[in-house]
Amino acid sequence: MAKAPAAVKAQPPVPNRERPDEPQLYEASTEELLEFYKQMLMIRRFEEKAGQLYGLGFIGGFCHLYIGQEAVAVGLQSALDGEKDSVITGYRDHGHMLAYGIDPKVIMAELTGRGAGISRGKGGSMHMFSTEKKFYGGHGIVGAQVSLGTGLAFAHKYNEDGGVAVAYFGDGAANQGQVYESFNMAELWKLPIIYVIENNQYAMGTSVNRSSAEDQLYKRGESFRIPGIQVDGMDVLACRGAAEEALAWVRAGKGPIILEMKTYRYRGHSMSDPAKYRSRDEVQAVRDKSDPIDHVKKLLDAQGVKEDALKAIEQEIRKIVNEAADFAEQTPEPDASELYTDVLVETY
Amino acid sequence: MAVEIKMPALSPTMEEGTLAKWLVKEGDVVKSGDIMAEIETDKATMEFEAVDEGTIGKILVAEGTDNVKVGTVIATLFAEGEDASTPVAASAPRAVAPTAAEVTKAEETGTGEGGTKVPEPLKTNADAPVSAEIPEGTELVKLTLREALRDAMAEEMRADPRVFVMGEEVAQYQGAYKVTQGLLDEFGDKRVIDTPITEYGFAGIGTGAAMGGLRPIVEFMTFNFAMQAIDHIINSAAKTNYMSGGQMRCPVVFRGPNGAASRVGAQHSQNYGPWYASVPGLIVIAPYDAADAKGLLKAAIRTEDPVVFLENELLYGRTFEVPKLDDYVLPIGKARIMREGKDVTIVSYSIGVGLALEAAETLAGEGIDAEVVDLRTLRPLDTATVLKSLKKTNRVVVVEEGWPTCSIASEISAVCMEQGFDDLDAPVLRVTNEDVPMPYAANLEKLMLVSADKIVAAVKSVLYR
Repeated sequence: MAKAPAAVKAQPPVPNRERPDEPQLYEASTEELLEFYKQMLMIRRFEEKAGQLYGLGFIGGFCHLYIGQEAVAVGLQSALDGEKDSVITGYRDHGHMLAYGIDPKVIMAELTGRGAGISRGKGGSMHMFSTEKKFYGGHGIVGAQVSLGTGLAFAHKYNEDGGVAVAYFGDGAANQGQVYESFNMAELWKLPIIYVIENNQYAMGTSVNRSSAEDQLYKRGESFRIPGIQVDGMDVLACRGAAEEALAWVRAGKGPIILEMKTYRYRGHSMSDPAKYRSRDEVQAVRDKSDPIDHVKKLLDAQGVKEDALKAIEQEIRKIVNEAADFAEQTPEPDASELYTDVLVETY
Repeated sequence: MAVEIKMPALSPTMEEGTLAKWLVKEGDVVKSGDIMAEIETDKATMEFEAVDEGTIGKILVAEGTDNVKVGTVIATLFAEGEDASTPVAASAPRAVAPTAAEVTKAEETGTGEGGTKVPEPLKTNADAPVSAEIPEGTELVKLTLREALRDAMAEEMRADPRVFVMGEEVAQYQGAYKVTQGLLDEFGDKRVIDTPITEYGFAGIGTGAAMGGLRPIVEFMTFNFAMQAIDHIINSAAKTNYMSGGQMRCPVVFRGPNGAASRVGAQHSQNYGPWYASVPGLIVIAPYDAADAKGLLKAAIRTEDPVVFLENELLYGRTFEVPKLDDYVLPIGKARIMREGKDVTIVSYSIGVGLALEAAETLAGEGIDAEVVDLRTLRPLDTATVLKSLKKTNRVVVVEEGWPTCSIASEISAVCMEQGFDDLDAPVLRVTNEDVPMPYAANLEKLMLVSADKIVAAVKSVLYR
């Protein structure tokens, strides 16, 4: 009589492939921390001003503010090589541009639809680009930047220029089909790209739980063998640390990687969103406990930076933002002749 | 009764092919499903299976024979107990089993089994001026349209390392319609890239690569599948230059077959010319012959603007004369007078040009002298050439292998009315496909499509004859 097979002892799960290391909190010098603080504060004050100008009718259409998410763009951008790496994002793009050092005046002038705007007034809030800074937009169709960004990564690999593409998208875009089409090709061809999911927990008015069968979005690459890391997107040092780990992975030729940044937007999806889908208490709780700028302020305080120094920074930033707003209000609209320019590059 | 084994058609458009190899010899016993031979065309290779059981009698066409017409008896097969003295009956091999409709059609049109009647290319009027871009005395070589397209891509890839081709089956398979044949061998897998079946994704990747400074040629197996990708063609490629105030360019070419093929039904038979031609920021090209296909594809790859390049599957295998020049590039946005005439102007593009020329020939026999204008580029439209011809003939018929509503034909009609009203002696007529999805049945498909007869009738109507 055949013996029953010996009971197989359960083995601990072994990863079937290489995984990135757990990212470490970035150890910033006081100088670096001050720079993070400045950039995040610049985004916050710029966006508050944009909100005001929207209310006054200077900005039209859609206007998606980045308030609450500042640590993500600032932490990640600080790790990139501005000469080589390229960046692309969706319509919530003001913060990314500011973090890239683009002049607030030409951004604000684009928001007010003026000829001096970065897109000569023809793009608006959602469509801004700076090829000089390797910032490829500013795209209004949810998820489009994921395929386009994969194309940028394709170009980096084709040109063998050592650059990495960073494609930012939200938890809402993470459910678009083309995201997964892009994941598949990016891993198949080992393209140098970091997919950054800015999970601010609401796709317009729909929470992640109501829209996503797998709500742990960093796992969304698993069936394509793309590793993912979940990151505290309210902590700029965690963001920077994760960026370092992701860049090391991608630059080593290991293909794409996903960073899920857990963050929160304080304002509505756009200016026209009354945000009835969440309670005021919920927003207030995040502001009180997890505000990314307050967090850096505390770190600076611990490193002995005086309140006066921070006040001086605050005043300097308010001045820059006010000047940008004044410029954006006063500089003229595009000339009527601009209607027909830039449709095509060449003449036929 | 012995059975005749006939040359099969691998596709509805195949008319002849090469009997590449016999895998059986006379006297072999075969049963249903055994592979008997390999048949090749310029598009594909296919194994030819036996349908009936029996013994191979006589092999009538030796292996390696080219240009074997579909329907030619290539061998005979004897059932058990039969021999060469047995009378022979026609058999329908599995690959070519004709439907009742096909038989009826073949009888009606006299095109023979398995062959679909495709309008033959007609010589342009000998008096018509040769295209101004070709220097006098240039040698003309015969090329199929697919070869001309391949040559255009290969020449541009040799000249510019930024140019690459991506799409489904473009590399190892050598192209679903063999347009990219040989490119992988010459340029390698860095520049000739097989993609998964993922149109939205790879159209976005191609567009992004163009934004990143490359020169992608994105092949769609057919433009019907580009519906999945139309968001990137329009929202990402066409609008970026404008939205960025001229900062960000997108020099990508989207190319592939467009329009009705043959017997492939509603989802695979559609002309997207009018769709893309309605979008500012795009260049839309739809060539008719091989010379234009080559010269315009080279121009499309070179331009800084995004291009939709609409080919036609039924024309791929057709042979035309192409000027033998080192660098034959045509201007985008310029129509061509294919045939000069004084009585009426027939405006068309793509496969419609062949039908227009056929109709013009018929009309000439009835004393009507038709001018045929090939638009070549659908956006920007060369309205000046159309209006100039209208001024000469005072009558316009627009021919389009596509639906009538919101068509290129509608647009040309509007242009003639708005800008050439005083030159018109009759209303502009549109001769297009019928306003229904493409039916599968052979007789209904024929009824649905534009034809030379319909053009002749419309021309007579605008001439009040």
